[in-house]
Amino acid sequence: MKTSFILSVATAIRDTILNNESTLESLDRAIGDGDHYINMKRGAGAIVDMQAELESLSPDAALNKIGLKLLSTIGGASGPLLASFFMGMAKALKDSGDESVPTYAAAFAAGVDLIRQRGKADIGEKTMLDVLIPVANQFKALAAANANVKEICTALIDTAEQGMLATKDLIATKGRAAGLGERAIGHIDPGAKSCQLMITAVCQQRLHSKN
Amino acid sequence: MKKFINEIDDVLIESLSGFASAHSDLVSLNLNPNFLTRKQIATNKVAIISGGGSGHEPLHAGYIGYGMLDAACPGYVFTSPTPDQMLAAATVVHADKGILFIVKNYAGDVMNFEMAAEMLPFANELPIKSATVLTSDDCAVVNSTYTTGRRGVAGTVIVEKCVGSLAETGADLQACKALGDKVNNQTASIGVALTSCTVPAAGRPTFDISDTELEMGVGIHGEPGRRRETMREADAIVRDCVEAIITDLKMRAILTTNTHEALLLINGFGATPLMELYLIYNTALKLFNQHGIKIVRSLVGNYTTALDMAGASITLCLLDDEIKQHWDSPVHTAALRWGR
Repeated sequence: MKTSFILSVATAIRDTILNNESTLESLDRAIGDGDHYINMKRGAGAIVDMQAELESLSPDAALNKIGLKLLSTIGGASGPLLASFFMGMAKALKDSGDESVPTYAAAFAAGVDLIRQRGKADIGEKTMLDVLIPVANQFKALAAANANVKEICTALIDTAEQGMLATKDLIATKGRAAGLGERAIGHIDPGAKSCQLMITAVCQQRLHSKN
Repeated sequence: MKKFINEIDDVLIESLSGFASAHSDLVSLNLNPNFLTRKQIATNKVAIISGGGSGHEPLHAGYIGYGMLDAACPGYVFTSPTPDQMLAAATVVHADKGILFIVKNYAGDVMNFEMAAEMLPFANELPIKSATVLTSDDCAVVNSTYTTGRRGVAGTVIVEKCVGSLAETGADLQACKALGDKVNNQTASIGVALTSCTVPAAGRPTFDISDTELEMGVGIHGEPGRRRETMREADAIVRDCVEAIITDLKMRAILTTNTHEALLLINGFGATPLMELYLIYNTALKLFNQHGIKIVRSLVGNYTTALDMAGASITLCLLDDEIKQHWDSPVHTAALRWGR
């Protein structure tokens, strides 16, 4: 993975957030307070604006800087959670030092694990983790099985979608919809939706990129 | 949406700038990262920093000044501020006795202040120590849209007042945290909404509620409470609130004796006239009296708002000599002032 790929992903993520304004807004209005889209847009835009500052950095340094920027830009609960992901991924990449697919899978999982710790949440609680944990597990398994890029990306897009859709029938025990009880059933979690959108954007970017 | 707004993106900065100018004798405003401090940075005391999403004015910036906060970090409307704001504020106001963060218990606020506290020892040449008081006075619901556990609401003002008073005496960090935790523990609140609020960036009401309904146990962001009920006369609504508070204090074994002295705070959410808040006070006072609770201190007004929501919250804080002394001590802030 090169830093130039991270930069192209940043733009793709910003675009997918912008393209899904009404989806994210209506999901968050149903079981949150309607600010999720605005916060994600602000964060994604800030990263795209950092291109010049990031392009000379190594991938791990760039990811760490992205984490710190999100931490100071998004606010709310999403800020520290997404920042933890990027900072955790950056640290794992830096510590490992190699560029193999299993290393990226492990780094992704390390980022997800930091979200889990920071948010004190786990799978099945109607949060972004319902997308991220299955994706991390599958990424690791496919990497260990020497799957190729196309297989991995296609599978992760599918897993992310299933995880996102699964939040619809859950009662929230963590995050923005906790406390709504059964009133939250029937609504997809907005954080799970935005994570699914971002993962899909990353995978599609990888499928269509040459390096 | 009909509001006094120029550009939605400018609402926060223009409002903060107006606040800082209007109270330029008391506060200084720093932009990017956004935080406010006392005009005159205090020395030789625990520095108390609070913060949270905007839209609850005068919380928290209105409580900066002698006898209360040293700094406040405002986030976007109903969105927690970020660690860089807290670290920058801490660097400016710390006075060798550590930082006490007073944080309302919402997932976003907790995480951002937690990360700030973790980064604080490394943010300056000399490490700064910190402690945190989490406020969780809302007895309406255990978990809510934004929380694991109880929400921090108007009782936060009482915590900030008492801890602020103790800090002025030069008390150490541990003592300030202990008093904050105690006041929070002895306080219970519940709110009622008659209308929704409208977040400027959203442009429309956060929730739908008809003219014949009320939301019992609403949070200060318009998040749902216990249940939707039919609108009825004030006495009946207040009675339910008082019962909820008494039940909570008894269940937590805070209210044990037959008679007790207390502070009663009737807080408006932003669009309820003072006339109605005093009417609520009138009823609540009598009802608490019937429970053997003697109201010896009171506060009525808009102290922890939810933008333009019509509604009010009732907060009862059980007093002992220590809390009473720190409530009574002099305070000079934009929103609370007595004794000096």
